[in-house]
Order: sequence, then C-alpha cells, then structure tokens
Amino acid sequence: MKTIFDMSRPGRRGVTFPPPLLPDACFQEACLAPELLREKPAELPEVAEIDVVRHFTNLSRQNFGVDVGPYPLGSCTMKYNPKFTEDIARLPGFAGLHPMLPQLRRGGLLAQGALEVLHEMEQLLCAITGMRAYTMQPLAGAHGELTGLMLMAAYHRHRGNHKSLVLVPDSAHGTNPASAAIAGYSVRTVPSRDGVMDFEAYRAMLGPEVAGVMMTNPNTLGLFEPDIKRISEAAHAVDALMYYDGANLNAILGIAKPADLGFDIVHLNLHKTFATPHGGGGPGSGPVGVVAKLEPFLPISRVARREDGTLFLDYDHAHSIGYVAPFYGNFGVVLKAYAYILALGGEGLKRVAEDAVLAANYLRARLAPQWRVAVDRMCMHEVVFSAADQAAQHGVTAMDVAKALIDFGFHPPTVYFPLVVKEAIMIEPTETESKENLDAIVEAMAFIAKKAQEDPAWLHAAPRGTPVGRLDEVRAARQPDLAQR
Amino acid sequence: MSQYAVPEELKYTEEHEWIKVEGGLAVVGVTDFAQQQMGDVTYVDLPEAGRAVERMAELCVIESVKVAADVFSPLAGVVAEANAALGEHPELINQDCYGAGWLVKLKDYDASGLGELMDADAYAKFIERG
Repeated sequence: MKTIFDMSRPGRRGVTFPPPLLPDACFQEACLAPELLREKPAELPEVAEIDVVRHFTNLSRQNFGVDVGPYPLGSCTMKYNPKFTEDIARLPGFAGLHPMLPQLRRGGLLAQGALEVLHEMEQLLCAITGMRAYTMQPLAGAHGELTGLMLMAAYHRHRGNHKSLVLVPDSAHGTNPASAAIAGYSVRTVPSRDGVMDFEAYRAMLGPEVAGVMMTNPNTLGLFEPDIKRISEAAHAVDALMYYDGANLNAILGIAKPADLGFDIVHLNLHKTFATPHGGGGPGSGPVGVVAKLEPFLPISRVARREDGTLFLDYDHAHSIGYVAPFYGNFGVVLKAYAYILALGGEGLKRVAEDAVLAANYLRARLAPQWRVAVDRMCMHEVVFSAADQAAQHGVTAMDVAKALIDFGFHPPTVYFPLVVKEAIMIEPTETESKENLDAIVEAMAFIAKKAQEDPAWLHAAPRGTPVGRLDEVRAARQPDLAQR
Repeated sequence: MSQYAVPEELKYTEEHEWIKVEGGLAVVGVTDFAQQQMGDVTYVDLPEAGRAVERMAELCVIESVKVAADVFSPLAGVVAEANAALGEHPELINQDCYGAGWLVKLKDYDASGLGELMDADAYAKFIERG
C-alpha cells in the first residue's frame, strides 16, 4: 500500500482557501516572535480530498477491530460499544460545552445538565459497587490505581500509621505493583495456589507495615477468589485497606458488590465494563470509589447539591489529595458509560455478567478436549488455556495459535498472560458474541489443535491472509525503525 | 533427561538465577530454564555500579518478546559491574546464559546467603517439578 506521502504531488489541494484578509507581513515578524516562525515549510502531504478518504479507508480495512469480528482478548474486557452512546456524547448541549463554564461566576447554572450527569453517575457507580463516593477524574485504569493508592497513603498519614508495604497476588496485572511503587510503597508478591490467592501464605505476609492489598476479583485466571472475605478481614485487622482493581468487574455486575467483599477502594474501567471505546480507541476513564472513611480524601472538585437543588463544584475539602487531572476527567467517556448504564438498567447489567460468564464457560467446556484448561473448574468471564502440551509435543506455541486465529477472522486472544500459566492463551468472549460466533471459535481452535499434531509448520507460517505475514517481533523490538523516511 | 542445562558448579535460586563466586565477586545470571521461558530477550535494564542491593530486591529488568521480568538479587551486596555487552546484544542471554550472558557482578556480598541457595541437583529437581 502506498503511503500518503507517496501520493503527494506538489501543489495538489483538497481545499482551496480564499486569499488571506491580512497581509503576509502580519504572519511574519510583526505578529509572531521570530523563534516561533518555521525556517522551512512543514513537509505535509499535498493530496486531494478523495486521496485522504481512500487512504484512511484503506488503512482501516487493514486493521482489525471489534466492528470487524470477535475480539476475545482476555483480562481487559474488549466488548462491543453500542453506537447509541456516541449519539448521546455528540448531543450539542454536551459536546459544545466549555469545561471552564461551571467554574465561572454563575456559569454553573448553564452547565447543570453536565453536572447532573457527573452527580448521577457517582450515585449509579455507588449503587453498583457499594462504595460511598466516587471521583470521575482519573483518565484511565492505571491512573485510577495511582489515585486509589494516593488515597490509601492519605488515609494512613491521617491516622498516623507508618506503613510501607503493599501486597499484590502473583496473578495481578502488572500495573498493580507498578502503581504501588510509584505511590512510594514497596511491593511484595503473594503466591497463588490452585489459581487463587494462597491464604496461608498471605496471612504469613500480613503485618503492621502492610498499607493495603490490591486484588482483582475475579482474578486474571477468570477465577473468583473464594477466600475474599477472610482476606479482607485479615487485612482490616492490621488497618490495611483492600483495593479492588475493577478490570474484571464485568463478571460480577449486579451479582456481587466489591463493598460486600470487604473492599475499601475501587477503580473501575468505564472503557472495559461500561462499553466505552478501549485500546487505542480511547480515551479511557478510571473513576475511583471509596468507603465512607476514605471520602474526605477524594480529589477535588466534587459535584455537590445546594439547598435550592442546583449542583455546583465543591472545592471545600481540607483533607483532599487535590487534583489528579484537569477538570472532571474524560467527561465524554463518563457520559457514554452513563448512557450505557441507564439503557441497560439493573437487570440488563446483571444479564451482562451472566451472559459473559456463560459464554466463557461454554468455550471452556467445548475446548477442554483439545486444550488443557489452566485451572479446570467453573470460571467467570474469561478462561485460560495452556498450549504447553502442544509446545512440548509438537513445537506449537501459544503465539502460533494466536497467529493462526487471525486467519479464521478472530482477533488473537491474550497470550503469555497471566504469567503463572505456561504458554497461556486467555480467552474472554464477552456477553456480546452469539452462540454461532462462539461455535466458530471452537471450530477454529479444534482445527488448530489437529494441525498442531499433523502439520506444525503450517501453524508456524500463520497468518497468511493478512496484509503482512508473521512479523519478526524480535527484530522489531531490538531494532525498531519507526520513521517514515 | 531434562531439556534444560543446569551446570554442576553453580548455585541456584527459585527465581531461576544462577550464582558463581569468582575472584571475590558473586556473578549473577539467569538460568537456561528462565531464558527458554522468557523467549527472545529484547532489552535489559541494568543497574549502575556502586548500587547497594538488599537480598530479594530488584536487581534488573529483562524484557523479552513475551514478558518484562524482574530479576531479584539473590544476595545482599553492592553492584561491582553490570554486563555492558547486553546493551547492544541482549540476545547473549539466549545464546549463552551461563557465560557471555551474565548480568551483574556483586562485591561485598553477604556470603551467609550462599548457604540458602540450591545446588545443581536441587535446582534440576525444582524445575522438573514445575
């Protein structure tokens, strides 16, 4: 495919501007400081409008997204985003709103609708998770984690606690220990046993120096942590806080509330659970919720209601950790998630979790004859297989399986994660895929298992039907060449 | 017979590192098992000489096509030298993990920690058990 630079021809234009009203001189020294002026013209491609349209349309045809086919990438729910939420976000009353408006004198009265969205969203997320209050500011999941850990630190500082350690299970997302480290904590890894946190090992690691325990429940093996109540109680006994990573909330929506499991701080990924764009389609949104004892520390501003019923931005919180992002977070994303929650309602959200769990268990049961299930028992919203047998017997790795699935019209599942499983293949079908699509995944995986025995070389050469074949990932990582020219 | 090389003369950890005492320094690297599990190494983030490390503290980070893995210091000590060759040639870890692919040499290390390390037999059994 030609690049847009290849298509460029000197003087070709998509739009013809009228002659400028101001003299040329105005664009030079008279108006702009010399150091702000370009020395030579920018090398932009010179193309007609149709060239631009074809270029980007063709690029999109070489890409794979959830609008093209199933996207069963595990551990980061990549579900379909219903298009009506885009319509809501584009309503001119929202899309044209200036973020400064509620901060101007009397401006808040002109932004009551947007403030109402933020206020109601806080209440909805509280109802879903059992938390007392939320901030919408964090701009993504990991940002939510850092915010949550800063709240944890503020709580302990306020109590006069001297704590230095955060415990994270070995099946956690890598962002958990990273966030804890950036927040200034040391991190210790709690081992798993049969795919869930080893309670005895955990209890042995708990001490007065433990500030908090970060958990994802269900965990990245798609397993609900059965000891969660005991884990929470043991943490609270040493005044450690329980942190809920909301990456896998999709599995328990409307069924279980993190607060009831003993969690004190929750971050949600609106771009995973509440069907807003994800993975390069962002921006994300990572609201953080807390129980009552942590509410004083939440970032400012908070949306509050006056006696006359109007809403305003409340900055009067002496113990707040301050801002973690400009304004009110990614408002457009919050708005889409709000629309999604209202459209589905409580019963609809519960069905999301039920269908997501059903779909994953269907794949687990159908694929188990050919692919070893990492922990072979009822799973939640995702299921982890291992290609370790195929790798040992036929030299076919999880990477080969992932690449071959592309030729069947599926986005590769997550491979080599979680790290506790060898040759891991993690599939999260989500609630949106039909039984026909799940059956197609089963057929493809069965075919690949058969090919692994008969013709491993065929799998090593996958994918075939893509614009480029198997990429040399080692060379790409060791000698990246990112420049167009 | 195991598919992983486990040289007789080295000491090992459960984190899949090897340790060799040589001329007053403790040389640390990752085992054949570790490099096979990680796959092709693409980058190694090495510590600076002079840094003091606790036992089990992060010593360096190895990135491969599959994972970014922390390497924990098997002994308390001070970094005497890191293997600069890995900067240009991280693949040395795959090609020769017990030789040219060494990671770090520790000085002033806590020799009492050596007693807690596994010998080759114990480590071979450890990886067999998986």
